[in-house]
Amino acid sequence: MVDLSLLPDGGASWLDASGDHADIVLSTRIRLARNVEGYAFTGRARDGERLRILTQVREALPHVPALANGVLLRVDEMAPTDRLLLHERHLVSKELAGLDLPQGVRSGAALYLCESAGVMINEEDHLRLQALRSGFSVGEALATVMRVDRELGSRVPFAFHEEFGFLTACPTNTGTGLRASVLIHLPGLVLTKEIGKVLAGLQAMGLTYRGLYGEGSEVVGNFFQISNQTTLGRSEDELAEHLARVVRTVIEREEEARRVLLRDAGYIIEDKLWRAYGTLRYARSLSFDEAMNFLSGVRLAVGLKLIIGLSVYTLNKLLIFSQSAHLAYAEGRALTESEANLARARYVRQALINEAGSQA
Amino acid sequence: MLCDVCREREGVVSVTKMEKDSVTLENLCEKCAAARGIETTVAMPKHPLSDFLSGVQQQLGSQQADAARCTFCSTTLREFRNSGRLGCMHCYGTFEQSLRELLRKIHGTARHAGVRYEPPAPALLERSSTLGELRERLRRAVETEQFELAASIRDQIKGLE
Repeated sequence: MVDLSLLPDGGASWLDASGDHADIVLSTRIRLARNVEGYAFTGRARDGERLRILTQVREALPHVPALANGVLLRVDEMAPTDRLLLHERHLVSKELAGLDLPQGVRSGAALYLCESAGVMINEEDHLRLQALRSGFSVGEALATVMRVDRELGSRVPFAFHEEFGFLTACPTNTGTGLRASVLIHLPGLVLTKEIGKVLAGLQAMGLTYRGLYGEGSEVVGNFFQISNQTTLGRSEDELAEHLARVVRTVIEREEEARRVLLRDAGYIIEDKLWRAYGTLRYARSLSFDEAMNFLSGVRLAVGLKLIIGLSVYTLNKLLIFSQSAHLAYAEGRALTESEANLARARYVRQALINEAGSQA
Repeated sequence: MLCDVCREREGVVSVTKMEKDSVTLENLCEKCAAARGIETTVAMPKHPLSDFLSGVQQQLGSQQADAARCTFCSTTLREFRNSGRLGCMHCYGTFEQSLRELLRKIHGTARHAGVRYEPPAPALLERSSTLGELRERLRRAVETEQFELAASIRDQIKGLE
């Protein structure tokens, strides 16, 4: 079993709710897609080529100050449950973990992780440089990942084209290779049924949204991942700033929706949210979807200051640590679905007892 | 509604035309439609042979384009169309025309406006990676039966060794 304590901060510092608007925005992630000159792209490369890419990058890492003091994890040598664990922690994509590839995990698939940034190796592109930050923190995440790009790119030759920019396996990433995304909790807009308009607006602004785990994932617990759709024709700063500007507006709309809810349906909302808290506090069995929905309610209650004494950090941890692979990791064995539901309810209950919320 | 071309006969077919950025809708009568090779419900005298030939020509053209193959990774345009993924950086050169159009469709432009990149000086790079890279290309060329290419890669390897 992978030892997560070896990871800097257990790879979970992005949960610490230290960033701006942390009750609404869970995290900000910016990634740059890069390929190493001289090899076929990952999907077309042979085992030997991917291993050589891994070696080449590994040799360059000690010379990259922006990536100091990290660890390299060979994802291709991990058991499926460990790969799922890293995916649940938002540290690797489904593709790198080989969770939905017919042939399973690719040889040479690896994750390098240090406190402020990470690199996925042999993902759809040879390299996915990424910075993950707590809360709404676009500028800081961009500065970090651009520094990693500069320093690593001066050691490893990246595939670059004068006209098209950085070359990627999928043409939707060509150019800057930049995808900035913000994981945002929008229960107010969902409850006031304003969400449809907001999502349509995003698309009109050249942005897109996905579920909790990015591409191809469903929206659960009112969590949305908002990101830029195009990567070419605008600078990295412009792309990030555009996203930040639109997200700021979405945050304002969400806050407005919450005010409307409290004003027009105060006691109904209050009752609904306390019921969610009650279920989490006393239930003996919780499915993942149930837990997500009730956690969404409690998160809203904390944001509205109906429940005090319960920290956003705890809520963030509950979101991640109540997932199947995390529960199995904590129990030290594989769990059936009903065992996982029992373990989930136990875990959530205990966390809420430890940090007893009280009524305002 | 009258035909948009002759303004005499009744229009029976509407044609949506897409050019670069504009979309136009035209209403055509049977005769004017037939003059443009558009079939309406009433069969007009056709020229089977010329239709057949232009069909073949179109097919040939697209087949040739589809069969275009990247000499580095052996990906064909058809494979790219099916998978949506390019095989390597050299595919961007091989399929430049089609890709430029595609990038414009996706991003609205094909011109990079972000940071410029200077690769590290060759002295910093290992020569062994070039050799390994050539061996991979050789294997791929042999596998896809591109023997002329294979021979030239073999020469390059010998030169380096």
